[in-house]
Amino acid sequence: MDKFKHLKAIVAPMDRANVDTDAIIPKQFLKSIKRSGFGPNLFDEWRYLDHGEPGMDNSQRKINPDFVLNQSRYKDARILIARENFGCGSSREHAPWALEDYGFRVIIAPSFADIFFNNCFKNGILPIVLEANKVDYFFTEVANNEGYQLTVDLEKQIISTPKKENIGFDVDEFRKHCLLNGLDDIGLTLQYVDDIKAYEEKRKQQAPWLF
Amino acid sequence: MTGKTLYDKLWQAHEVRDNGDGTSLIYIDRHLVHEVTSPQAFEGLRLAGRKLWRVGANLATPDHNVPTTDRDKGIDDPVSRLQVETLDENCQSFGITEYKMNDVRQGIVHVIGPEQGATLPGMTVVCGDSHTSTHGAFGALAFGIGTSEVEHALATQCLILQKSKSMLVQVDGVADEVVTAKDLVLAIIGEIGTAGGTGYAIEFGGEAIRALSMEGRMTLCNMAIEAGARAGMVAVDKKTIDYVKGRPFAPTEDQWEQAVSAWQDLVSDEDAIFDKVISLDAARIQPQVTWGTSPEMVVGIDQRIPDPSSFTDTVKQEGAQAALNYMDLQASTPINEIAPDKVFIGSCTNSRIEDLRAAAKVAKGRRVASNIKLAMVVPGSGLVKQQAEQEGLDKIFIDAGFEWREPGCSMCLAMNADKLEPGERCASTSNRNFEGRQGQGGRTHLVSPAMAAAAAVTGHFIDVRDLSQRDT
Repeated sequence: MDKFKHLKAIVAPMDRANVDTDAIIPKQFLKSIKRSGFGPNLFDEWRYLDHGEPGMDNSQRKINPDFVLNQSRYKDARILIARENFGCGSSREHAPWALEDYGFRVIIAPSFADIFFNNCFKNGILPIVLEANKVDYFFTEVANNEGYQLTVDLEKQIISTPKKENIGFDVDEFRKHCLLNGLDDIGLTLQYVDDIKAYEEKRKQQAPWLF
Repeated sequence: MTGKTLYDKLWQAHEVRDNGDGTSLIYIDRHLVHEVTSPQAFEGLRLAGRKLWRVGANLATPDHNVPTTDRDKGIDDPVSRLQVETLDENCQSFGITEYKMNDVRQGIVHVIGPEQGATLPGMTVVCGDSHTSTHGAFGALAFGIGTSEVEHALATQCLILQKSKSMLVQVDGVADEVVTAKDLVLAIIGEIGTAGGTGYAIEFGGEAIRALSMEGRMTLCNMAIEAGARAGMVAVDKKTIDYVKGRPFAPTEDQWEQAVSAWQDLVSDEDAIFDKVISLDAARIQPQVTWGTSPEMVVGIDQRIPDPSSFTDTVKQEGAQAALNYMDLQASTPINEIAPDKVFIGSCTNSRIEDLRAAAKVAKGRRVASNIKLAMVVPGSGLVKQQAEQEGLDKIFIDAGFEWREPGCSMCLAMNADKLEPGERCASTSNRNFEGRQGQGGRTHLVSPAMAAAAAVTGHFIDVRDLSQRDT
C-alpha cells in the first residue's frame, strides 16, 4: 500500500447523497481477477453515454459531458467531496480500487458507509468525516473558484484552504499509523501469532465443535 | 455492573487481544468464499508466500457469476468463466472445500452457510460480501468484508476491528399474516434510513421477531446492511437450535449437548444497555414496496409515492426527485398503479424454501399477467431447488408461467446473463434498488416473495389480501 502523508490537490464535487458502490464501479467490472485497472470505469454509468463492458477501449467511448468529473476544471482532481452515506451498499473493494486508480487519495463527506470507509484505508485512500456545514462550505467554494485546491496533512490532521483556514479532522490512531507508513495489516497481525495460537487452544477447550 | 448485550458477548468471546489503540484482534470462526471478491486475496497470499491459517474454517461456492439456465453447457461469458475457474483453482490449490457449480450443494453463500450448518450460533462469520449480516440470524456475529480483509482472514484467521456501537430494534405486536420479515425490515429501513445503522451492530428483538422462522430472521438480518449496519443479529432460541440440528457441519453426539448448553447464553442480558433503541409496532406495518433508488424510499402498498417537497432537508428532497426521475414515476401515484415489466423471485434475501412456498401459494392456479415479459424464480441453492421440486412448487410456478431456474445470485445484481434492459421495471425480492443494480437503466421495486408473485399474476403491485378477496 502506498504511504499517505500530505496532499495538495484540486477538489471535485460529487453532489448527491447515498452514492453506492454499484455506482462507483458497476458489477460487470467486478469480473476481473486483477486488483488494478478499474480507474477508467469509475462511475461508468454516469460518466459515459454508452453501456460499458470489460475489455472495451474506453478512449473510444462517448463521454457524458454533464457528468461532473468530465468537466475539464476537475481533470486533475485528487480530492473528492461528497454527501452523506458515501460508499453504501456492496462490500466490493473494487470501489476504492477504482477511486485510487483514477487518482483520488482523499474523500471528504459528512458520513461514509462502514465497509467502504474501512476498505479505503487498506488502499491508501484517506476518507475524512466532517460536519455537513463544513462539507457544504467546500461545495460552495469549489463551485465559485475554478481550480480550487485543498491541502490535507494527515500527520497534523488538518485541511488547509486557499484562504489559509485550517480545519481539523479526526482519524483513528491505528489507521493513521498504517496510512502514514504504508503498512500491511497482515504483517502486523502475524506479529501476534502466539496470541492467536493461545486463543485457539483455549477456545478448543470451551467450544470444540468450532474446530 | 450492567448486563451484556449479545454483541458484547460475541465480541468478548472472540477477542484475541486488545491492541490498546481502539482496535482488537478478533478471531474468525467461519469464512465463506465466493468467486468475485476472493481472486485478488489468493493472489496476494501467493505473492507474499503466505499459507492459510486454518483451511477448515473456509467454505467456498461460486454464486455471483453462475448462469441460471443450461448449466451443463458451462458459462458463456469468458470473463465470468475465468473468475469461476479461478475460484476452483484457488480452492484446489489451497485445499478449501468448495461446492462447485454443478454440485447440488452449490448456491448463494448466505443460503448454503446455514443450510449446511456451517453457520452456527456464537460464531464469527465473515465473507467478502456485504450481505454476510444474514448469518446473524443464528446469534452469530457476521459481517461483510473487503478483499484486503478476505486475505487477512485467510492468512491469520483474525481481523483487526473496532467495536461498533449497539442498537436494539425492538419490534413488538403481532404482524398480519401476509406481513413478512421482508416487510418488517423494509419498514425498519424506512424508519431509520439507509445510514441509520452506520457505526452500529443491530440486534433485532421483540415479539414480532421471536415469531419469525429462521428463514424470516435471515431475511431480516440480511438487510441490516441496507440500514447501514455491518452486522445484524437475533438472539438464540429453540427455533435456532432446532434449525441447526442434524445439518452436515453441526456438532454431533456429546458435543451437541455441550454446544446447545453454551448457546443458551447467546441472548442479551435483561439489564443490558444499548447505545440506541428503536421501537416499532408490527401490527401497523403493511406489505412494503420501494418506489425509489434507495431501500429507505419505501411505503406501504396502501400508500402513494411521496412528494419530494414533503422531505425536510434539501439533500433528501433532491435525492427523492432524482429517484423519481430515474424511476420514471410521478409523486402521489398510488403504489398499486405501478406495473412492472419483470418479476424476480430470488437472492440471498428471499430464495429459501419458505420464500418459494409463499410465492407459490399466490401463484397457484393463476397465470402471469400478459404485460409481464418475464417472471423468474431462482432458488437459493441446489438443495432448496430439490426440496421445492419434491413439494411440487416448480410445477406450480411453471404452470403459472414463471421460469424455474438454477440457483445463484442472478438478477439481484445482474453479473450473469439475468438482467433488466434499460427502462425496464422489476418487482424484485432482492435487497437493493440502486440505479443500475439489476442492469443499466433498470428500475427496481423491492418487495416480499408473496407481493412479487401477486404483482406477477395481476400485472401491477397489489396487496396480497386484495388478491385473495378478488378471487372469492
